[in-house]
Amino acid sequence: MIEISLKAEELFSIGSFPVTNSFLVAVLAFVFLALVGWRFKSGFALIPGAFQNFVEMVVEALLKLMDSVLQDRHKSERYLPLIATIFLFIMISNWMGLLPGVGSIGLREIQDGKESFVPLLRAPAADLNFTLALAIITVFAVNLFGTLTLGFRKHFGKFFTLKNPIYTFVGLLEFISELAKMISFSFRLFGNVFAGEVLLIIIGALVPYFVPLPFLALEIFVGFVQAFIFSMLTIVFIAIATAKEGH
Amino acid sequence: MSPDTVKLLAIAAVMAFGAFMPALAIGMIGSKAMEAMGRNPEAAPKIQTAMILVTAFVEAIAIYALVVALILKFV
Repeated sequence: MIEISLKAEELFSIGSFPVTNSFLVAVLAFVFLALVGWRFKSGFALIPGAFQNFVEMVVEALLKLMDSVLQDRHKSERYLPLIATIFLFIMISNWMGLLPGVGSIGLREIQDGKESFVPLLRAPAADLNFTLALAIITVFAVNLFGTLTLGFRKHFGKFFTLKNPIYTFVGLLEFISELAKMISFSFRLFGNVFAGEVLLIIIGALVPYFVPLPFLALEIFVGFVQAFIFSMLTIVFIAIATAKEGH
Repeated sequence: MSPDTVKLLAIAAVMAFGAFMPALAIGMIGSKAMEAMGRNPEAAPKIQTAMILVTAFVEAIAIYALVVALILKFV
């Protein structure tokens, strides 16, 4: 019987904090990115070697993407840390969820009298906690940037205004739409990655040889596209929130 | 019909109906984007980026239906 669990399974707990298998892979992705950053910083040279060239290429591509929406290199550099973190973290954790051993190597545990299989590693975005945390951080950050750029009154005046009964109503709808953005961000990423995982498990169970190849290629593409879309939407929302003139 | 049967049918129906409109919408987005790219090949990168962005929005709605189906099945 193929076992697919919607929730990420808990492996052990540190005090009262449950450590799940997707949390483990998220920590691995974080360590990988931190090592890349550390290596870049420590080996920084005026004439770049291959590794430094590659990292600079990625950063340049992200800056160009932000420029195309924000139209201002200064603004792009200001918001690059958040966007680059979102993009790279999501992409690396999605791709790490495709490595052999993720989802297949695990422990046989007995829970509630039933024997079940608990994988040791799982794609982080297949855990709603991960995607919801990123979504909440993103929506908070967008509103924070709006407040920092425009001032508290101007930014929240978009949502809560008494100037005009129509604007009051629209403002309330916009506020609810901010909450809807959190849900939409998290479920888009979660649904894509979890559905991809389930697809790979089912295909692997049906025809283990050669047939999973196009599906793995699809999942690599989906992993990249979902990271791109998450960051792109964040850039667009930042552009809207920090637009100086009126609407 | 037993509750289990109805549950299975509901799961299948949710996903099936939830995929109608997003599929239609993505088709329309793609066709309009190709039309625009054909008329103005120079603007193709911009149109392509916008098309992928909007496709993601639409696909999210299909994903909502998928999540409901998954919750029905596994929770």
